[in-house]
Amino acid sequence: MTKLEARGLSFGYDGTPVGEGVDLDLTGGEVVCLLGPNGGGKTTLFRTLLGVLPPIAGEVRVAERPLSRWPRRERARLLGWVPQAHAGLFAFTVEEVVLMGRAARHGRYTAPSRRDHDVARAALERLGIGRLAERVYTQISGGERQLTLIARALAQEAGILILDEPTASLDFGNQLRVLGEIRRLRDDDIGILMSTHQPEHALEVADRIALLEGGRIVAQGPPHETATPERLAHLYRADLAAVTARIAPSGARP
Amino acid sequence: MPRWPWLLLGLLLALAILSGLAAGPIALGPGELFRALLGGPSAEGQATMVVWSLRLPRLAAALLVGAALSAAGTAYQAMFRNPLVSPDILGASAGAGMGAALAILFGLPTLGIQGAAFAGGLAAVGLVTLVAGRVRRHDPVLVLVLAGIAIGTLFSAGISLAKVLADPTVQLPSITFWLLGGLSASSPADVWRAAPLVGAGLLPLLLLRHRVDLLTLADEEAAALGEDVPRLRFTLIVAATLVTGASVAIAGIVGWVGLVVPHAARLLVGPRFARSLPAALLLGAAFVAIADTLARSAVAIELPLGILTALVGAPAFLWLLARGGRFS
Repeated sequence: MTKLEARGLSFGYDGTPVGEGVDLDLTGGEVVCLLGPNGGGKTTLFRTLLGVLPPIAGEVRVAERPLSRWPRRERARLLGWVPQAHAGLFAFTVEEVVLMGRAARHGRYTAPSRRDHDVARAALERLGIGRLAERVYTQISGGERQLTLIARALAQEAGILILDEPTASLDFGNQLRVLGEIRRLRDDDIGILMSTHQPEHALEVADRIALLEGGRIVAQGPPHETATPERLAHLYRADLAAVTARIAPSGARP
Repeated sequence: MPRWPWLLLGLLLALAILSGLAAGPIALGPGELFRALLGGPSAEGQATMVVWSLRLPRLAAALLVGAALSAAGTAYQAMFRNPLVSPDILGASAGAGMGAALAILFGLPTLGIQGAAFAGGLAAVGLVTLVAGRVRRHDPVLVLVLAGIAIGTLFSAGISLAKVLADPTVQLPSITFWLLGGLSASSPADVWRAAPLVGAGLLPLLLLRHRVDLLTLADEEAAALGEDVPRLRFTLIVAATLVTGASVAIAGIVGWVGLVVPHAARLLVGPRFARSLPAALLLGAAFVAIADTLARSAVAIELPLGILTALVGAPAFLWLLARGGRFS
């Protein structure tokens, strides 16, 4: 099982840290949710964990080796990235978008093989969107796009997936579908690191929750012990009673 | 993937070639044309002379320029994630124009003008990438486009200055004519000089055709899919600039081809670069060949090619825009 570790990680742009001292572990078969207010450094942290941005200090290791020592293509076979569903620009079909997930698997100068096509199809089928294969990505709904991007990351056959707010901008049904898929991926021993703005989603799917504030992880651990109403109210500068009413386990409700 | 778009493109290209050889002040019938072609360049007769010394070189130049500009446009639109981009987005045309204007100002011969145009185009794009490479903290694509606009404007100012300084009876008309673009002066030697450069630029585009689609994604997305984005983008810029520069050097600034043809190609065969590039090569070659045939045979005087491509290209572009409602 693939393992992703961050040790004493400082991250930011051009030597100016956005966050510091981050220790984070993720193993296959585990869902870790990152909660934090806007501007807390979630996206910058993800970019650093993916190797898009070099760390300022500390280290990211994947599969027991520093991230920077993995060649780019091999890294893409270990770590998959699911951005927030974007509108897309050119009229690629859904299958073509998913095939891009095979870019690190087929040769630099060669077309995707029969097997690449099969893997892409299987990823679509697995997410229940096989019927969309020939549809144009720019013309499907936001939820379908998000599922397409997850399928693309699956086609990468990476052991670790990093998802940036996968349920944002989705309707209720699609949120449930995506959360359900995340659980199923964990059951297949894929490690999932995701950010979300909805603590109730984190409490629902996470094995561990990490709270990121001002670029530091202020708490990390089992969901209900970590994302307590008090901490969340403080983290989001929100009213404690309102937070409690939303996320407290039903037994604890007044 | 249906076969009909490729048949259509092949037919169109064949039509463009045949009409380009047959049409003109001395119109040739199918039989005459066939005999002249089979007879080879050394046979006797007026048809042989017209076909082999006048029309073939010019047709070859038109095919080359059309294919080159369309390929560059297809690559630029993909890598800048913008369907409104044309091959001169990074200032290649303005740079080439200034190079040519300066060469005309200094009274250089044709070869010198072509060399200066090619060098000017390369210099402008080189300057843009150099400036853009020094700017961090911004989206690299945006920085390139903005730097391209700024440096393109600078070189355009240089062209205007050259026009002001030029001798109005001889130099100014030839600068103006050059900037309008045209193939009336093209010789076999031009084609032989430009073809290897175009080929050298097309080769990386063809080799990397399965990678280019990744650049239509956000940089970090493409990087997470295993691509070295800055390197790939730089390679494509060098390749596309070589292709554009070589074409501008022999034909001047022929507008709209590199903007409109990639759209039509994607509409026919879809956005995958591995398909849209060959489609754009065929369609672009046919488009410029037909436009040039019209330019020299539609009316009694020779029309500048750049004006004709604009006359056809702009409405075609608007039609595509209205038809799709979205950019394909």
